[in-house]
Amino acid sequence: MFNHMSKALSLFVAASMTMATCGMALAADAKSIKIATQSPLSGDQSVVGVDIKRGAELALEQLGKPLADMGFKVELAPFDDQANPDTGVANAKRIVSDPAILAVVGHYNSGVQIPSSEVYHTSGLANVSPANTNPKVTTRGYLEVNRIVGRDDVQGVVGADFALGLGAKSVFVIHDKTAYGQGIAEFFKKRAEEKGLKVLGFEGTEEKANFDALLSPILAGSPDLVYFGGMYSQAAVLFKQARERGYAGTFLSDDGFDSSDATKIAGQTLIDGGGTYYSTVSGPAAVYPGTAKFIADFKAKFNSDPQPFAAQGYDSMAIVLKAIENAAKAGGNATPTREAVAKAIRELKDFPGITGTFTFNNIGDPIVAKYFVIKVNSADPAKWSENSIVETLDIAPPQQ
Amino acid sequence: MNRFVQSINVNELIRPLGQLMVFSLGSAIALSGIALMLALVLDQTAVGLALQDKYNVTLYTYTLINLPQVVIDGLTIGFVYAAIALGYTMVYGVLEFINFAHSEIFAVGAFIGVEFLIAMDSSGLLRSASIGMSYLLLILAILLGMVAAGGLAVTVERVAYRPLRGASRLVPLISAIGVSFLLQDVIRLVEGLTTGDFNRIFPSFGNFDQRLNFGKLALGATNINLGISIKSIIVIVAAMLMLIGLNYLVNATRIGKAIRAVAQDRHTASLMGINVNRIISITFLVGGLLGGAAGVLYALKFTRIDPFVGFFPGLKAFAAAVLGGIGNLTGALLGGIVLGMLETFAGSYMGVFTMGAAGSEYKDIFAFSILILVLIFRPQGLMGENVGQKA
Amino acid sequence: MISMTIRQLFEQINRGYWPYAIILAHIVLGTAMVYSTPRSSIAFLVLITSFFSLYYFKADIRFKIIVGAILALIVIPIVGVRNIFYLEVIFQVCVFAALALGLNIVVGFAGLLDLGYVAFYAVGAYLWAFFGSQQFYVLHFAPGTQPSNLPFLLPGDAFYLFLFLAIIVAAFTGILLGLPVLRLRGDYLAIVTLGFGEVIRVLANNLDKPLNFTNGPQGITPIQRPTMPETVVEWFNNVFGGMIGHKASTADLYNVMFYFFALMVIIVIIFVTRRVDDSKIGRAWTAVREDETAAIAMGIPLVRMKLAAFALGASFAGVMGVLLAASRTFISPESFSFMQSIGVLSMVILGGSGSIPGAILGAATVTLLNLQILQGFSLYLSELRQSDAVIPLINFAWRDLSTQLDPAKYQRLLFGLILILMMIFRPGGLIPAKRRKRRLASDQATAEQ
Repeated sequence: MFNHMSKALSLFVAASMTMATCGMALAADAKSIKIATQSPLSGDQSVVGVDIKRGAELALEQLGKPLADMGFKVELAPFDDQANPDTGVANAKRIVSDPAILAVVGHYNSGVQIPSSEVYHTSGLANVSPANTNPKVTTRGYLEVNRIVGRDDVQGVVGADFALGLGAKSVFVIHDKTAYGQGIAEFFKKRAEEKGLKVLGFEGTEEKANFDALLSPILAGSPDLVYFGGMYSQAAVLFKQARERGYAGTFLSDDGFDSSDATKIAGQTLIDGGGTYYSTVSGPAAVYPGTAKFIADFKAKFNSDPQPFAAQGYDSMAIVLKAIENAAKAGGNATPTREAVAKAIRELKDFPGITGTFTFNNIGDPIVAKYFVIKVNSADPAKWSENSIVETLDIAPPQQ
Repeated sequence: MNRFVQSINVNELIRPLGQLMVFSLGSAIALSGIALMLALVLDQTAVGLALQDKYNVTLYTYTLINLPQVVIDGLTIGFVYAAIALGYTMVYGVLEFINFAHSEIFAVGAFIGVEFLIAMDSSGLLRSASIGMSYLLLILAILLGMVAAGGLAVTVERVAYRPLRGASRLVPLISAIGVSFLLQDVIRLVEGLTTGDFNRIFPSFGNFDQRLNFGKLALGATNINLGISIKSIIVIVAAMLMLIGLNYLVNATRIGKAIRAVAQDRHTASLMGINVNRIISITFLVGGLLGGAAGVLYALKFTRIDPFVGFFPGLKAFAAAVLGGIGNLTGALLGGIVLGMLETFAGSYMGVFTMGAAGSEYKDIFAFSILILVLIFRPQGLMGENVGQKA
Repeated sequence: MISMTIRQLFEQINRGYWPYAIILAHIVLGTAMVYSTPRSSIAFLVLITSFFSLYYFKADIRFKIIVGAILALIVIPIVGVRNIFYLEVIFQVCVFAALALGLNIVVGFAGLLDLGYVAFYAVGAYLWAFFGSQQFYVLHFAPGTQPSNLPFLLPGDAFYLFLFLAIIVAAFTGILLGLPVLRLRGDYLAIVTLGFGEVIRVLANNLDKPLNFTNGPQGITPIQRPTMPETVVEWFNNVFGGMIGHKASTADLYNVMFYFFALMVIIVIIFVTRRVDDSKIGRAWTAVREDETAAIAMGIPLVRMKLAAFALGASFAGVMGVLLAASRTFISPESFSFMQSIGVLSMVILGGSGSIPGAILGAATVTLLNLQILQGFSLYLSELRQSDAVIPLINFAWRDLSTQLDPAKYQRLLFGLILILMMIFRPGGLIPAKRRKRRLASDQATAEQ
């Protein structure tokens, strides 16, 4: 009885699985182009991942017109890499096997981007990364891989130099034990030690809420500056708890700190004492007028504030669209090849995005990335965009 | 009136508090002693010299001056673990079942409480609230979180555990793991659909963020403020109230008697006219109420919550419950305090004692290491009587 | 009632020469579909499900083996090189099937709930990642700060040696963990193994100082693969080139190679598992699983038997870890989260704990759902959302559908549902284990009398 029941049930499962995918094979348009995004849409990193996708979606909606006018139907194909390298690679293989896909905007985790881009590389598919700051992303020298963000080994240095400029004598360095946060923090520490700053401690923590234990050595040393490599969701909680315990020095963080939620969490504590600074590659609204409009449009469309890297998602998509347009024009309005698109991205000169002006070097880093150090000015989350730039640096990526 | 006072066994209420004092003091003294001894031993080695170089004090002084604050911090997080552990221990005591989904019930409580306060905040009520009013609102948020979590716990038991009663003990545990994962994504889905963002932030209001300072301790050139924030005091007081209330419920009421009867022998209890299903539901309700309250308190203390917020505190609270002797109410509090202390001591001192080779990033695995050690050497826990395997 | 009619239909068909015809038709249809529409998910699923008709229909065992071998060794590689996504899906199905089979020994045969199974997978992966990369020379550099022109410690072909070393190392880790904790009761054991899984992940994440063993969250890359002679690539292109339609590259053939490795490991696992299950140890496991006290009374060395299950399960995971590290050329702690352990567990539970075909079916179903079907659904929804289509009847524009409702985003919900529903409605799994089946069948017989 059960024997057969199980057979029937399994067959049923198999059949329903087949049914489930019915209708998925839509007739492919001759001039249909797809642009894939890959970012974590599920799990605890989806906060940022979803907004990378949304940023790209918004860009496609707003900037897809030139291509539409040329007769192309451009679609977004969002993939969920689950912040997991295995899923990222599987998706990458699915992406490269779809000839309509001409480029990928993607990856939030360098740990997912690195193995996935090996797949893009083998099939010549262009990848513009909105968020991966690990040097290895570009130092492999692939034609297909580009990024529009700075590198850990630059941003960490920017932070350390800024700390020196503030006159800090001692620092305590903390990071979030992700490839991103630790990467920046390692370079911050290296530079700080070279320049004679006293590094009282260097600790990583996956803790998201209770920083009491970590604060003891910080408060005991009372460093002039506390540096955090990682995202605002941890940094703001840490800064708040440190200030509440009487720390009076300065906080410094990286571009993961660039979110109005930081003041929602930490409020006045960011302003008190030595204040709070963060280094970033994406300038505030004052420098890039596009950013203010982006934030407004984003809120109007998705009913929430853009998270870090949403604007970079927007810019990555904008670059891809422009490159496809250029490649298509060069090829006489025919659908361009993947190779042509990859080359067109590299050939873009001074592309005006909302987070910067981009030209890529021979390995896919922006030739000169602008780095800003920004001071938090108000405890009111609504006034996040009024934060002021205290330092602007143009730095070329290191040559290896 | 007189009869009411008589029916409350005052002794029953005071006893756990006394035990708590003893445990807190005991674990604080023991751990401090170990830390100081280590400091003395390491003082003349490279470790001491490295610290001298950075902080200009000896390792012993450093350890000693930091101690009071570390103990206070350890106690606070200990009480948070304890509050969650009560829910695990309650259910385990009755059903011998690890309610793996308790961490998500805790998270739901936190979300309901925080959403209520956010709604109050956007209506402008919070900003204008007086001190008394803000405490009232906080209590209301806790109550709401409790009700939601309690209701959820009962529903989960009814849907996912009751049909499996009587199966081998791993079957409901697997189901509970399933519930835990399911609930994480349900919270995410609901929050995503309604607010577009599942990172929620406890609005700041009232005087909870203020800090009572006890004084300053000089450490080399710097002064360390010794103190405790008001929200930490609220957490500690609330956890104590929860223990007292629970202790009263279990040991001094008719329902409590029935719960204990069901815990001892479900079959015989049903022969005595006890509605076993109802009692089990009540057990889950009580566990859920405690979990919900703990959730809101957690959000108050640590500001930011997300749908996965329950997982690690839940695991650690379970470790605490095992450490104290699972099924034993006071044991859960004891386990929470000891675990919180250990974790805070390790997080605060390990980095210094190992010259930065192994710092607070190993804090999380302390709970698990302790769990493994306790289960090997003293499976009944610190307080528990030897629980043999029930059929 | 529907299931009854399906069953009757199935019984009617499943006799005589019908099964042969159906199996062959299924395979030919699947192959033809995949061949004509190389990107269709349905076509691929039709091809994959032919393994199940091969399993279910009554046919001569020699026929089954030959057809199965042709399918697995010739058809799938060709189809897979044509569309490497298929090969990747098949490869991951194989990897997870191997993991599920390994966990099945621990959970299904010995009845020990292991919630930290991927820890052993991680041990294997990091073993090869350390020795098969430049990591040995990075020991004294902080993660990310090392120069890029470092030599490799071992040649890529040491991979084969490490396949065997991983068995030993992972089994040893299993025994090391098992010795203290296997005395514990089932539910405690589950939580302790969960903790152990986390400990291994935290170690992988943190052992970048004082000496940089694991490169921390940055992960280790590049990891070497065994060499692939040019002649093999040429030979493959000469023989199959026409059928594939494009020139297969070395990277494509690496994919095929790792697929073959995974297949080989699965076959070894199945062989070992069956032999062990039929031996004294297997019967001891059954006794332990069903009633520990009675098993002790019968003189079964409890801890030793449990240790054997633990070590055996662990060693399979270790081998797969080496395979994963080499095929990905990159390893980071993110691959070894608690989610992965739960994923593998839900495969075992879905398929049927203690059942070998069940574990494979479970792994295939969950992996396909996760990689292909849910993602496919989400892509389809997003296409609809970008079109002007409306849902008929309720007149709801697709573009207004919230992006929160993407099925691919709710992997945890899926795993959770699988675990709950299977426990409540079908604790034996889709293909219950044979021993259980026999007992249930006799129960049924007495009930019907």
